[in-house]
Amino acid sequence: MGWAIALHGGAGDIPLSLPPERRLPREAALRHCLGIGIAAFKAHKHPLDVAELVVRELENHPNFNAGRGSVLTNSGTVEMEACIMDGKTKKCGAVSGLTTVVNAISLARLVMEKTPHIYLAFEGAEAFAREQGLETVDSSYFITPENIERLKQAQEAHRVQIDYTQPVQKEVKNGAANADGDSQIGTVGCVAVDSEGNLATATSTGGLVNKMLGRIGDTPIIGAGTYANHLCAVSATGRGEAIIRGTVARDVAAVMEFKGLSLKEAAAYVVDQVPRGTTGLVAVSSTGEVAMPFNTTGMFRACATEDGYSEIAIWDSPSK
Amino acid sequence: MGGWAIAVHGGAGVDPNLPKERQEEGMRLLGRCVDVGISALRSNIPAIDVVELVVRELETDPLFNSGRGSVLTENGTVEMEAIIMDGPKRRCGAVSGLTTVKNPISLARLVMDKSPHSYLAFSGAEEFAEKQGVELVDNEYFITENNVAMLKLAKEANSIVFDYRIPAPGTVGCAVVDKEGRCAAATSTGGLMNKMRGRIGDSPLIGCGTYACELCGVSCTGEGEAIIRSTLAREVAAVMEYKGLNLHEAVDFVIRNRLDEGKAGLIALSKKGEVACGFNTTGMFRGCATEDGFMEVGIW
Repeated sequence: MGWAIALHGGAGDIPLSLPPERRLPREAALRHCLGIGIAAFKAHKHPLDVAELVVRELENHPNFNAGRGSVLTNSGTVEMEACIMDGKTKKCGAVSGLTTVVNAISLARLVMEKTPHIYLAFEGAEAFAREQGLETVDSSYFITPENIERLKQAQEAHRVQIDYTQPVQKEVKNGAANADGDSQIGTVGCVAVDSEGNLATATSTGGLVNKMLGRIGDTPIIGAGTYANHLCAVSATGRGEAIIRGTVARDVAAVMEFKGLSLKEAAAYVVDQVPRGTTGLVAVSSTGEVAMPFNTTGMFRACATEDGYSEIAIWDSPSK
Repeated sequence: MGGWAIAVHGGAGVDPNLPKERQEEGMRLLGRCVDVGISALRSNIPAIDVVELVVRELETDPLFNSGRGSVLTENGTVEMEAIIMDGPKRRCGAVSGLTTVKNPISLARLVMDKSPHSYLAFSGAEEFAEKQGVELVDNEYFITENNVAMLKLAKEANSIVFDYRIPAPGTVGCAVVDKEGRCAAATSTGGLMNKMRGRIGDSPLIGCGTYACELCGVSCTGEGEAIIRSTLAREVAAVMEYKGLNLHEAVDFVIRNRLDEGKAGLIALSKKGEVACGFNTTGMFRGCATEDGFMEVGIW
């Protein structure tokens, strides 16, 4: 077997009518990030490095809900979180409540490698970032006009929106120009396995549009949005609260182990168990399998394996 | 089989040289909490309310590492976290980084019942607490002399103090199944002595330190890292669900096989009214009771 990599830019109610000017840049970004991951594997980088690299690229891209381009809290600010896990050792690192750190995933990695802890949040995490000399910027760097608009819509509709909701029904019926306003963003993540079966996963997000200050989602909760062990590496996306209750990432590995299912079967099984319209995930196994199931309308995703296969998709078959 | 059951814990990893009076104090407190739970269960109060009630008692008493009596951060302050989970629909509420909320477990309950989210932390959580009108106090209220002395020791030893290396108090938790077979679990803690500011442990992470579903309720304590890496609480339920093990087999399996070099303990009960506890540490403060009259409080 060779290496394998899969990445996502979020699952949700991505409308099939997504206009090209919104679809093409995201597809290009997925292609670009996939290319970064492939190059890293060709340069024999460890899966942990590959996953971190790819997620950094996704964070830097303003069209995905992580790093720059993160969705906004109910106060118009950003609070970012991320998580990274090494399948072989099950070492992990997580961060939440970041407001100035350019690459949350890299801070998560530092928590894993440079502290006796697993998870740092808010001011404590920001202070640690500074101590470590990680790149920090003014919060305004992360805020994009699209997200200001999304927040406005969500507040007008009085709701907290999942990464990929359609705007309220009336707007869709009116065929308003902003009808596709909410549906193209989401958590980002990457899972990677090398030819020796070493696994790694990394996830990063700005969370939910219009979320309460201090709200933590599934991404940094080991076993919920992110998990890796000797069998597989998983990164989930969608409605955080549902992914938490379903301990989605952990369950994929548990079902493989305890029910003897293959990665694809296990991933499909788990996604099936959570409420429709809430969840998607990418996963790779120690034997190089790839799975990218979702129970939402779509999921921005891409994958590649060493034998030359690669794929970039948004909709299509949910049991890839 | 069947009927209600309750289990409580006050931390895994107990110093074998812990003075007798401290041991007895701890057991008395747990016994009292079990009694509180038993009365509530006999009055048909649902599991989710019973776990909150009992953990409030534990938070209010300064003996264990939660609420008042919480261990201190490297800055000498208190940052508390708590979580509550309702088995039937797996609803949950968690909080971290609390500094003024008198009963963290009750704020966790409000996150579950009164917010669209599952987990709120730090100043966002404190703001929510204020809006909800829960009782707030100064950070000093939570700090005890014992813990100030222990922080000093930990700094001198330049270490993060795990529950069992220096006699530091333990995380608290409660799991309950009521007459209707509904399970619930709750955990509350001040975290690790001398922890970094902003550090979050295993307790508030659903599936790691705490978990409840249709089948069972679980609350863990011990080395946070080990509990997180092994997603210990979820593991108990997962082997019951996917391997068909019963509660005792599941707890045994998980403690034996999932902790690697880590040290931890847990209490668990099933919807059938079974109670189990397991730990690979030296001792765990615990207590339990079942409807058929069984009751036990112990450490070793």
